[in-house]
Amino acid sequence: MKPFTVHTGIVGTLDRVNVDTDQIIPKQFLKRIERTGFEDALFFDWRFLADGSPNPEFELNQPRFAEASILLTRANFGCGSSREHAPWALDNYGFRVVIAPSFADIFFNNCFKNGMLPIRLSEEQVEELFQRTKAKEGYQLTVDLEEQTISDNDGLQIKFDVEPFRRECLLDGLDDIGLTLQHEDKITAYEAKLAAA
Amino acid sequence: MAQTLFDKIWDAHVVHQEPGKPAILYIDLHLVHEVTSPQAFEGLRLNNRKVRQPEKTVLTVDHNIPTWSRSIPVTDPISKQQIETLEKNAADFGLTIYSLNSPQQGIVHVLGPELGYTQPGMTIVCGDSHTSTHGAFGSLAFGIGTSEVEHVLATQCLQQTKPKNFLITVDGKLPVGVTAKDIILYIIRTIGTDGATGYVIEYAGEAIRNLSMEERMTVCNMSIEAGARAGLIAPDEKTFEYLRGREFAPQEEAFETAVAKWKTLPTEEGATFDRELHIDAAQLVPQVSWGTSPGMVADITGNVPDPEAMPDENSKKAARRALEYMGLQAGQPMEDVTIDRVFIGSCTNSRIEDLRAAAAVAKGRKVAANVNAMVVPGSQAIKAQAESEGLDKIFTEAGFDWRESGCSMCLAMNPDVLSPGERCASTSNRNFEGRQGAGGRTHLVSPAMAAAAAVAGHFVDVRKF
Repeated sequence: MKPFTVHTGIVGTLDRVNVDTDQIIPKQFLKRIERTGFEDALFFDWRFLADGSPNPEFELNQPRFAEASILLTRANFGCGSSREHAPWALDNYGFRVVIAPSFADIFFNNCFKNGMLPIRLSEEQVEELFQRTKAKEGYQLTVDLEEQTISDNDGLQIKFDVEPFRRECLLDGLDDIGLTLQHEDKITAYEAKLAAA
Repeated sequence: MAQTLFDKIWDAHVVHQEPGKPAILYIDLHLVHEVTSPQAFEGLRLNNRKVRQPEKTVLTVDHNIPTWSRSIPVTDPISKQQIETLEKNAADFGLTIYSLNSPQQGIVHVLGPELGYTQPGMTIVCGDSHTSTHGAFGSLAFGIGTSEVEHVLATQCLQQTKPKNFLITVDGKLPVGVTAKDIILYIIRTIGTDGATGYVIEYAGEAIRNLSMEERMTVCNMSIEAGARAGLIAPDEKTFEYLRGREFAPQEEAFETAVAKWKTLPTEEGATFDRELHIDAAQLVPQVSWGTSPGMVADITGNVPDPEAMPDENSKKAARRALEYMGLQAGQPMEDVTIDRVFIGSCTNSRIEDLRAAAAVAKGRKVAANVNAMVVPGSQAIKAQAESEGLDKIFTEAGFDWRESGCSMCLAMNPDVLSPGERCASTSNRNFEGRQGAGGRTHLVSPAMAAAAAVAGHFVDVRKF
């Protein structure tokens, strides 16, 4: 897994609650058997009109967000299906960080498995970031996982929480399976106990 | 200290736990389908890893398969490739697969219980959020992503932080015409689609105890729509009777031993929960969703709500957007909403009792002229059972299309898709924008309500039938 340490990038906003994984990547794109090539599928039904041209009404299609790599959105982001294609699509498109007041559990977990950082902030903090992004074209944030801080160039600094183990795995880009297999003897012992029961 | 059902299952499966780290949790049963697994098997190959416990791994195809006759080949080349990839993975890694032409093929969450793989006290995972269904048996069952599918294939374990505990008690008796689907839609409507995020729900109370196993599966199935990690119902005599004699359940003496163990699972008197909610079953009426999130639900006797009456700006915006997408007006009576399509099926409501409930409404009636209605049994076994009871005849005589088993129009990955603007009464679990086809409009209802809507051509209170 690719590590995540510090990331500086343009903030793109998606001002909607309950964005589900069916919107992040509609089902017609789930038939691929690879982990890559999902960038054009991201937010497909919102992003494109029926004739395939970009939908000018969709927020992230604004030229100011073309280079965005930090997605700022509202509560319960990533609800619905367990499809890991959702973080793959966000990652393939270029997002490294998603900031929201809350996330659905499976999506939240899937992000960490792909070197992406989902950050939970309070509703007020998220609102503040929405205002700042709106006020300044090309608004950038720096996300420092080591320090657990989000900062901008105008003096804003926010501390965020992340589970220590997830942080460690992300900083070092650790392979989960490898970590579990360090305890293979304990798994074997557990299985022996099951067989004896 | 008195323990909950959830605590007991969790504790029994912790292989290893270090302070400040997630537990390494043992997985008893891993269900696998064609859509969320190819990249996981590929990961095993790249790292030269094997499947640790092939006999605890069960594969089926369900998500993208057509529901037309099995004699017609799969025409979509990419779907075909996904099915063939799963078959190849089964062969390469020595795994059991119930593929397209198996007489036991079915939706993964129908097949597990039906074949007796699903048992009380187990930990069960699948790369599918509706894995929560299996919680109806008192097993801890939850959906995982593809990276975790690979993790379980390789290690038979998962790294998990223990979720919190949420007790939802549904007291009293359900009125006639009100079903398990109405209970769970009402719960989601009440607590919201993120109301149980971070929690495992245990459902208890008289109304839950009175539900059949099929109905309990419907309730647990949609736990994820309330954001829950899993939903659980304590095993009891109904659970044991359902499992007795099933192919992969313990047999004879071993079954009695297992039952004795399963009886120790229920939550003990005095155990505490992080959160509790009580619902009075007697006041429930049939539910219909009106919006694009499973929390946007109304009584069939009610009206489409007014977005401007919502409590906060975000909810107002979401409701306005939903009404625009759904083509509905605030204040419109739910019973006035006309439909174009009906879908009876999905891991929520495609089991034999669901089909019986729908057939009871359809019997001797006709699907309205402007409505196209389909019934998709959850498995080949259910299809055969329904046919032996003559349900297929009831449906086809009423004008319903009788299909082969699969996920079908619940997520419309296969050829069963709504056209833009089409409105569907659906027994599935998600009414997200475009879920059943780009521009399609989904209303979630119980099987009886779906059948009644098919006949009436609009939503109607099934209690009047």
